[in-house]
Amino acid sequence: MNPAFALEILPQLLTGAVLTLQLVALALLLGLVLALPVALARLSPFAPVSALASGYIFVFRATPLLVQIFLIYYGLGQFEAVRESFLWPILREPFWCAILALMLNSAAYTAEIIRGGIRSVPYGQIEAARALGMSGPLLYRRVVLPLAWRQALPAYGNEMIQMVQASSLASTITLMELTGVARAIAARTFQPVEAFVIAGAIYLLLNFVLTRAVHWAERRVTHAAH
Amino acid sequence: MLELLSFGPGGWGDEILRGTGVTVAVASLAFVIGLLFGATAAAAKLSGSLPLRLAADTYTTVVRGVPALLVIWLFFFGGSGMVTWVAGLFGYGGRVELSAFAVGVAAVAVVSGAYAAEVIRGAVQAVPKGQIEAARALGMRRRLILRRVTVPVALRYALPGLGNVWQLTIKDTALVSVTALAELMRMAFVASGATREPFFFYCTAAVIYMAITTLSAAAFRAAERGAERGVRREAGR
Amino acid sequence: MTAKGFGRFAAMLAAVMLLAACGEGDKQAQTAQSAADKPVPNPLRVATEGAYPPYNMVDPAGNLIGYDMDVMREVCSRMKVECGITAQAWDGIIPGLQAGKYDVIIAGMSITDERKQVVDFTQGYAITPAYFVALNDSPLHQLDLGLERIGLDEIDTTEEAAIAALKDALKGKSVGVQNATIHANFVEDALGDAVSIRRYDTQENLALDLASGRIDVGLADSTAWEAFLDSEAGRKAGFVGPGFDGGPFGEGLGIAVRKGEDRLLDALNAALNSMREDGTLKRMAEQWFGFDASAR
Repeated sequence: MNPAFALEILPQLLTGAVLTLQLVALALLLGLVLALPVALARLSPFAPVSALASGYIFVFRATPLLVQIFLIYYGLGQFEAVRESFLWPILREPFWCAILALMLNSAAYTAEIIRGGIRSVPYGQIEAARALGMSGPLLYRRVVLPLAWRQALPAYGNEMIQMVQASSLASTITLMELTGVARAIAARTFQPVEAFVIAGAIYLLLNFVLTRAVHWAERRVTHAAH
Repeated sequence: MLELLSFGPGGWGDEILRGTGVTVAVASLAFVIGLLFGATAAAAKLSGSLPLRLAADTYTTVVRGVPALLVIWLFFFGGSGMVTWVAGLFGYGGRVELSAFAVGVAAVAVVSGAYAAEVIRGAVQAVPKGQIEAARALGMRRRLILRRVTVPVALRYALPGLGNVWQLTIKDTALVSVTALAELMRMAFVASGATREPFFFYCTAAVIYMAITTLSAAAFRAAERGAERGVRREAGR
Repeated sequence: MTAKGFGRFAAMLAAVMLLAACGEGDKQAQTAQSAADKPVPNPLRVATEGAYPPYNMVDPAGNLIGYDMDVMREVCSRMKVECGITAQAWDGIIPGLQAGKYDVIIAGMSITDERKQVVDFTQGYAITPAYFVALNDSPLHQLDLGLERIGLDEIDTTEEAAIAALKDALKGKSVGVQNATIHANFVEDALGDAVSIRRYDTQENLALDLASGRIDVGLADSTAWEAFLDSEAGRKAGFVGPGFDGGPFGEGLGIAVRKGEDRLLDALNAALNSMREDGTLKRMAEQWFGFDASAR
């Protein structure tokens, strides 16, 4: 380990970390937005809807993310029809392909987390809300989802950390996020260990901050409930 | 389209099949070695010794905190140097060289072990104190209690979690393809490049991964049912 | 963030760094050991990439084929050693050699000053210029620099003007290169502030993205482009601007060995010399490239 060299490559790696953060934040946000309807569909009493949601969750959880990314990036780009469609301005960019793959993947896991949360809501609470005249969306917005969210938060915290790590796969489709930068440095300088160890340290730091933030949020949510 | 998957010199069927074999081999070896790492780390975490606990915590925190892809790159580029250094500690002076297969197994095992450690620790802690006390009251010694009570009960608690770790391990082997080890993902990658049919080959790979994960999930469920034999159900379940 | 939590985190980090440092330090100490006296290994373990046509690639039967493979098999037979050739990821191919995973690399690798600091090269066994390639409907094809070849060893004023004009034309464009290549280094150093660089793991994926229009232009070895331009997808693309060689593009392609393993290097050079003298190298080059790329 050469400290001078480590210091020299640090700024480049931090630039990569910024892209990592962008990928993670956007993928998590969009994934969460998608996960909610998927979770509700999964709980739907209407069999075709619930089967569709189950199928989606199954496919994205049973295959490696790397396959999903390559399928979206190289696989879809292969077709003339896709290249001429209105989607191409999005699918043309590796950034959006990575976001799409990460988002779809995250939504599949998050939907299961939300479903678990919803199922954990005590039936008594729902009955009490019904007795107060709440129903449909209001019941969901004011009672079910807040309670489910509190239950799901620790698992969702794990999912956030998984996403930080999953974003490293964006480097395989030319994005220069943290792992991509480390790879380029390793290849150019022939000093791979430094590049990867420092990149690893930055990932640890990101996760550490994220874990703390989730703990803080958990304490706040439980506090508010009492 | 399907002739791309034919066997023999014109198609990629035999390569993909061989790649699937390598994937299963890497995943199985890595999972078993990972279980050893995990059990050791869990024992260290539960031990009274502070240095042991700290070492095990460092292992699980660091490995679960950095991307598996980074761990694989690090092992790929720096693995031989590190292994040579460790071998040097044990008095071996020569260079230790790692094949791509060994690097892949080692890297995935290290990751798998870190997750297994948490599962095993949780399971051991979940063994009801009363059961151990009851065993002690029957005059069992520590080793016997470990063998007859703690391990069987903990294993039952650990099985679902270990099933998840196995799924994770299979999916992580796909990342080893970046080191050009000829596993399933790499074969799909090579075939895509040569035929310019990435969609077809990555879909094929996805289907095979799904088959592996589904079959093994069923196997784990069967094992869980087996482990539940003779367990009294709680009322109302 | 608690002080205690952070202290523990920092301690963990320090432990990992220390471990990495130890692993590294020892590696350097070991390489110097009597490498010069090391006999030629038999079997000789050879690394290639297997995704860089026409130099090295995999056919559907799973065999490694290409110019590199023909050259290497002939070199081995003249050295009277067994050859075991395996495919490796391009990114890690030099670190893998240093780590002792194999003994030589033949992978369409250019001899450059940067690489010479970490490995030794044989004489060049092929020399081909680098070219930019863009889709035929790209405005870049209207670019006329009035030069056919730019040698970067010594740059005169017309060449300097041509490079400036090229840089101007490429401003804001996305340029694809393969990671860890002379082409990546050149684009980074000469055009880095004007273009957005896209790094690919293989030349094949670079070509795939050029064909789909994801990148505006790619830079790679001319012969590596030929395989793509001859394909169905490549027919709608063509060379842009002059060819580049010399300087950062190196002195042609060489076979790489670990530093200081002189006996192996001498044996490889002797085999290459004899192949050059009896015309074998020329014949192989003509077979794979359609012209004599072995000339120096």
